[in-house]
Amino acid sequence: MNRFRSLLGGLLGWEFSLIILVGAALLIGGLLSPDFLTGSNISFLTANFSEVALMALAMTLLIIVGEIDLSVASILGLCSAVIGILFAAGVPMPLAILAAFVTGGLAGLFNGLLVTRLGLPSLAVTIGTLALYRGLAYVLLGDRAIAEFPAFYTNLGFGNVPGTLIPLPMALFAVLAILTIIVLHATPFGRSLYAIGANQIAARFAGLQVERVKLSLFVLSGLMAALASAVYTFRFASARADNASGFELSVIAAVLLGGVSIFGGRGSVVGTVAAVFLIGIINGALTILDVSNEILTIVTGLLLIGSVLVPNLLTHFRTYQQRRRIKGDSVIQ
Amino acid sequence: MKKRILLLSALALGLSTLSFAQAPTTIKKGLKITLLPKNINNPYNVIETQGGLDAAKEIGAVAKVVGPSDAGASSQVSYINTAIAQRQDALVLAANDANALLPYLNRAKQAGVKIVTMDSDTAVSGRTLFINQANSEGIGRAQVQLLGKLVGYKGDIAVLSATPNATNQNTWIKWMQEELKLPRYKDMKLVKIAYGNDDDQKSFTEMQGLIQAYPNLKGVISPTTVGISAGARYLSTSPSKGKVALTGLGTPNQMRAFVKDGTVTAFQLWNPGDVGYLATYAAASLASGMITGKQGETFMAGKLGKYTVGKDGEVVLGPPYTFDKANIDKFDF
Amino acid sequence: MTERSVPASAPASPGWLSRLLMAREVSLVGLLLLVTLGTAVINPLFLSFGSVRDLLLNVSIIALLVVGQTLVLLMKHVDLSVSSTVGLSAFLTGSLFVANPGMPVPLALLFGLGLGAVLGSVNGLLVAYGKVPALVATLGTLYVFRGITYAVVSGGQINASNLPPSFLGFGTGSVLGVPNLVLLAVAVLIGFAFYLRSYRGGREYYAVGSNSEAAVLAGINVTRRTMTGFVLSGAIAGLAGVLYLARFGTVDATAGAGLELQVIAAAVVGGVSINGGVGTLLGAGLGALLLGVMGSALVTLRAPGFYQQAIQGALLLAAISIDMLVSRRAAKRLQEERKS
Repeated sequence: MNRFRSLLGGLLGWEFSLIILVGAALLIGGLLSPDFLTGSNISFLTANFSEVALMALAMTLLIIVGEIDLSVASILGLCSAVIGILFAAGVPMPLAILAAFVTGGLAGLFNGLLVTRLGLPSLAVTIGTLALYRGLAYVLLGDRAIAEFPAFYTNLGFGNVPGTLIPLPMALFAVLAILTIIVLHATPFGRSLYAIGANQIAARFAGLQVERVKLSLFVLSGLMAALASAVYTFRFASARADNASGFELSVIAAVLLGGVSIFGGRGSVVGTVAAVFLIGIINGALTILDVSNEILTIVTGLLLIGSVLVPNLLTHFRTYQQRRRIKGDSVIQ
Repeated sequence: MKKRILLLSALALGLSTLSFAQAPTTIKKGLKITLLPKNINNPYNVIETQGGLDAAKEIGAVAKVVGPSDAGASSQVSYINTAIAQRQDALVLAANDANALLPYLNRAKQAGVKIVTMDSDTAVSGRTLFINQANSEGIGRAQVQLLGKLVGYKGDIAVLSATPNATNQNTWIKWMQEELKLPRYKDMKLVKIAYGNDDDQKSFTEMQGLIQAYPNLKGVISPTTVGISAGARYLSTSPSKGKVALTGLGTPNQMRAFVKDGTVTAFQLWNPGDVGYLATYAAASLASGMITGKQGETFMAGKLGKYTVGKDGEVVLGPPYTFDKANIDKFDF
Repeated sequence: MTERSVPASAPASPGWLSRLLMAREVSLVGLLLLVTLGTAVINPLFLSFGSVRDLLLNVSIIALLVVGQTLVLLMKHVDLSVSSTVGLSAFLTGSLFVANPGMPVPLALLFGLGLGAVLGSVNGLLVAYGKVPALVATLGTLYVFRGITYAVVSGGQINASNLPPSFLGFGTGSVLGVPNLVLLAVAVLIGFAFYLRSYRGGREYYAVGSNSEAAVLAGINVTRRTMTGFVLSGAIAGLAGVLYLARFGTVDATAGAGLELQVIAAAVVGGVSINGGVGTLLGAGLGALLLGVMGSALVTLRAPGFYQQAIQGALLLAAISIDMLVSRRAAKRLQEERKS
């Protein structure tokens, strides 16, 4: 129990430091450029990472149970292609979006079945489906770009909540993030994810349906990618096979920076959300200061490594000190 | 109250038309101009934006080059938003996608930023002027004419393009196909359009694949500087050197070795620096209120002389130039 | 997971072990022959000298990278940063040539090795001493190394025309018809395969990956072995970067990007388990060759360009699924044999 509390304390500590860092990034950005802390600029830059944010929610749950999904960005591309091709064929938009969700769900299901039924490692499976789903997107759309969607839909992706500067995709993200927080931290299902991630065999002995839970999370990941595809397609008013390629690494980087352990069993949605904002805000601040793109790449990498390395070193240092103290005590005796 | 505002705005409108009647004849000093290439690592784009910086220096503008490190559709968006936040006077860009940038460019327009595209256009509604390096129809047809001469109007031919979505390449390819319909090309067959994604290695292996898959291949057109140099490098060490003719768009510095060793007989291009130079003059003229982008308006572009705005706001730099063994040493870019 | 580590953790009884491992490599060779001959029947040009030479050249860089990746995978780690190491090494070696056109080729190779070893040691320090999970550490350095490359390159490019002819000659040259790059890749592969098979140090990679605690109890310095593995993977990637430069001549900041997934795919198809402790370099090399042959066959068979990626993804999934089913059945058969 005590240990659990200290674990909780440690976690909150990490999330707390992330939130402090978000504040610091905003402040420093504002001090360095008068154009940074304007409402419209903050509105732009949050809209800019809405797809990564959406996919990071499902990825958080998947990584907590000890699995991973590298194919999310490809599912996004495939669903975007589905929306585009159906719309171009004259299918009403709501049906095209529904088809994208079905596609995303099926893609997630396929990942999940390969992992849970065949016992294949999810890293290997989703490297394969990363190529497969992106390839299918190209098969569907080829070199075409479908554009000129009805203004109603592009406004959904592009617009703000009426009367505010909050981008609609971000409002959607806020609702889903709160839902995910409730499910993960306040329901038996959520708690079972930690149990599975911490010790799968023990979880199975405790009567948890490990395979079924994992399968449902892979499907969820596919559905989230489908939702992100709708946001992306409308935000850029363009359905293309190469939409969002490479986003998978940004999603995973955000989740890991948020303090979710790659080995499973540890992490929280709050951490992921804070990390998504931290990366997005640093990105926006560097862009407005005309700092070139490569520095951001380096900063992302360093943040990612630091997020695990710093706590590790601190623990190491603490145990070292404790050991010394114990040694010192024994000398006195 | 409402009436008074209406009255006032009518007055303002009247005043502005009045001032328009006496359009300024010189470029304002200290204009803030952002140059946004497809990506900052492409040597062609580096020459192009350097031309823009040179022009900015001549007219006393504050110009800067910013851009993403990949040529993805959406990666230019945050730079457009930044230009708005930084209240730039003009934005000169080579668009990565004809449609994805539209909503953002419109937002920039509303914020008073003048938009000029160069090299690769957006849809007409996205910008005021488009600086075309050469008339698209002319480029497409000229390359088929050149290749026809090189292969004796007979045999299989292929195209090695950039990305499947590149606006400029796709337009040129469309005109190449038009030209090929003429009776004099009845013995030439376009067997494949391959995509090297403007990636050196991918273009290299695509060229290799073309030669492997089509034993009767007699000629390849690569309308991209990355593609033609990678293709030439493959050809120069392969047994097909001299048997397969390669032409397209390349820079003299990249192609010099291959023209001299006989891998490539002739290729075409314009001076990319001039494209950026002309675009910057056009943008500054717009931002100074000297022109509005209507068909028939004229403006001066420094050392290049006088240009006229054509249909749909298009300004054509000039016809492409053919480089061969005899003249290549006169050029250094 | 546990049933897969059984074969490798018992290297003392070579009879059934080698039979099982051989079976996997034999099936890879069978598949290779099937694809090659099948394609050649439809388009005989596939087996022409030039075509085979190009294919081997394409595979040689991936095959080299697979060697380092296998060392790391065997220890139940992963090295995602190899592609960025290739890019940085290729560009810096190129710049070195531009500055000193007279630099001898062996020196360039040594430079690549050294640079790669330094970059690899960063990964090693993070994973072995900092206890950062390899996936996180190398994903981080994938970004950092690539960012450094962008910063160093800043829009520049190394062109074939800036490189000395001696170096380009090395890239295109061959001995008895076999290209230099292929020879080098094969030599490294065979050298390490021998080391992994027959030396104590080599066997330690399997021990660490099969059961790290047991390895510690057996007196293996796991920390140092992990460090060495990452340094080797980095050094090999650095060497691959020099070969990349020699092969392609033109290098910009994006050189090698995305190679990491191809390399891991090749190793996994070749039977190296992502869960550590299982796999051979022969298999991994065959995996790289198989993926290369399939890619090339798709082009030769004129599969529409847009289908290639989808087909490759599907093939990768099929390969690992079949592999899993076969090894499950083998494990079951073993259990039954033991019972009777």
